[in-house]
Amino acid sequence: MEQSWRQAKSMFAAMLSVPLFWLVVFFMVPLGIVWLYSFGENRGLVDIAFTGTWSNYARALEWDNLAIFLKSIGIAAITTALCLVIGFPVALAITFAPEKVKPWLLLLIMLPFWTNLLIRTYALIAVLREQGYINMGYHWGFDIVNGLTGGALGEFHALPLMYNNFAVVFGLVFVNLPFMILPLYSTLDRLDRSLLEASLDLGAGHIRTLFNVVVPMAGAGIASGILITFIPALGSYLTPDLLGGADALMIANVIEAQFKRANNWPFGAALSFLLVYMTFIAIAVQGLIERKPAGSRS
Amino acid sequence: MSANGFNKSRRSLLAATGAAAIGISFGGLSACSQGKKAAAGAEEPKLNFYNWDTYIAENTLGDFEKASGIKVSMTNFATNDELFAKMKTGKTGYDVIVPSNDFVTQLAQANLLLPLDKAKLPNFKNIDPGVMSPDYDPDRKYSVPYTWLTLGLGYRKSKMPKGFVPDSWKYVFDSDMFKGRIALLSESGDLVRLGAKYLGYSVNAVTPEVVAQVEAMLKKQKPNIKAFHSDNGQDMLIAGDVDLVIEYNGDMMQAIADDKDKDLAYIVPKEGTQLNADCLCIPVDAPRPDNAHKFLNYIMEPQVGAQIAEFIGYATPNLAAKALTSPEYQNNPNIFPPADVMAKCEYAAFQGAEKAQLYDAAMTRVKA
Repeated sequence: MEQSWRQAKSMFAAMLSVPLFWLVVFFMVPLGIVWLYSFGENRGLVDIAFTGTWSNYARALEWDNLAIFLKSIGIAAITTALCLVIGFPVALAITFAPEKVKPWLLLLIMLPFWTNLLIRTYALIAVLREQGYINMGYHWGFDIVNGLTGGALGEFHALPLMYNNFAVVFGLVFVNLPFMILPLYSTLDRLDRSLLEASLDLGAGHIRTLFNVVVPMAGAGIASGILITFIPALGSYLTPDLLGGADALMIANVIEAQFKRANNWPFGAALSFLLVYMTFIAIAVQGLIERKPAGSRS
Repeated sequence: MSANGFNKSRRSLLAATGAAAIGISFGGLSACSQGKKAAAGAEEPKLNFYNWDTYIAENTLGDFEKASGIKVSMTNFATNDELFAKMKTGKTGYDVIVPSNDFVTQLAQANLLLPLDKAKLPNFKNIDPGVMSPDYDPDRKYSVPYTWLTLGLGYRKSKMPKGFVPDSWKYVFDSDMFKGRIALLSESGDLVRLGAKYLGYSVNAVTPEVVAQVEAMLKKQKPNIKAFHSDNGQDMLIAGDVDLVIEYNGDMMQAIADDKDKDLAYIVPKEGTQLNADCLCIPVDAPRPDNAHKFLNYIMEPQVGAQIAEFIGYATPNLAAKALTSPEYQNNPNIFPPADVMAKCEYAAFQGAEKAQLYDAAMTRVKA
């Protein structure tokens, strides 16, 4: 089994051919066509001429669209940060949970994946909306306090939980949290426990041990967690569409409009590819971060 | 864009966004049916019907199968843009589609519709002669009229000041009276045209200057707007998230009919509104055009048309069918607005792809 692939070239080629075929035919080629569209121009209602124009990119980089890109990056960044802050303790807790409980806790984390994203988002609407469960509970408590104090709280106003950017971030954290927890868990679980004991024995407190020992060793897990949370959050379409308010536009919603409402595929393709380029940059940055600790250690 | 059929918008939205998000293609079913070609000359007894959600009577398709032996499979779309985007790629396998008036023009200009064979459609005699040659499809070359509808304001009566009726577009476009309690339609074209209508322009006279004016007005109004809804405004109204929405009359009709407290109402504002007409058309590459003609002719039968009209609650252009409906349906001012209201309403014509992009860019800036 320990054969180098050089010694079994035909085997290697056979194994590789199917996924390679899949990748080229169903990913590279369609993506290449969209890439070509981004240098095209509309001719009438149906046809697109490949003219090699940069005008689509020029328009995509105008301030109107750039502002939406920046806003999308901002929302994705806040989402990722919240996922990290919430997900790290959860992953740590699962790591230190008894062996028997662990699979069940992991199952709980993965359970939402068994339900379609759309259904989970609709469920969130039922929770957040003005006559949703949170506001109903709040109203109930509010009325009790008011009844006891003779109306000290004044008139009831529902909490504005839906149709705003709070709802979008909340929805994105809700959806993306498992993507953060799972890579964190897989890194933390492999951690050498004796190092933690050594740190505690040598006088560092729990907090100090966490930040000086656990976090640096979990760096790779944190970086990949951030990456696989940030990228889908950046391109999210459904959540802002369903939960957002009057200013809820994220870049994927603009792209969708180009392929449908505006019937402007070349411009939509240019916007899409800007998003792809940003993803590449994010992956490159993650690569750099991962290499750095390795370099400094040697 | 238009009539997400009368409601259960939530379901159609589910289908629409679901399809968009996950990339399900309803076109898939065409592939299987195209595989089995029937004997030369005759078409296999099947028909693929692409319709708005809950936009046909429950028994229509079953009755048609009994009468003709043709089995209809219906799938739903939620916006005209979705329909056009799908038709544009071609070979969708659909035999009958239901575009709105301006999209009939757009599809016809893109050579995506089959000219109708009038000899196979004798029931055209039942249709109101007044709509037999509309601007959007002269001489009904490509389309059979199915329904027509208005855009207006749906509202919750108990949340209005006493005796107040929101009888102007002002309350959604240019007033903070219902701050944070209003939802606007997210369709760029409809919204910009209605804004222009409020500012006193015809929906067909929306120049780039008018678009800029509407854009400025909506940017100013934005802090008062709770959300731009994807044609589920009546749901937001029912759930109490907002008190005033721009909606289609049929969507509101259903909400009003289901409302136990009788607290919902619909009004066409005094400035007038945009009318829409939904039509039945046959795609140019429909695999079974013969069956499609049979189906279109069947829909125009007076009895069939009457059942559909009463079930979906939209206005029918079929005079013979309308004569068979109940007085409640015929005399409902929300379905058939009175003449003085109609005088101020107009159909929006298709004005080219550039116009759609102009509208969309303006609305993107408003929502950004």
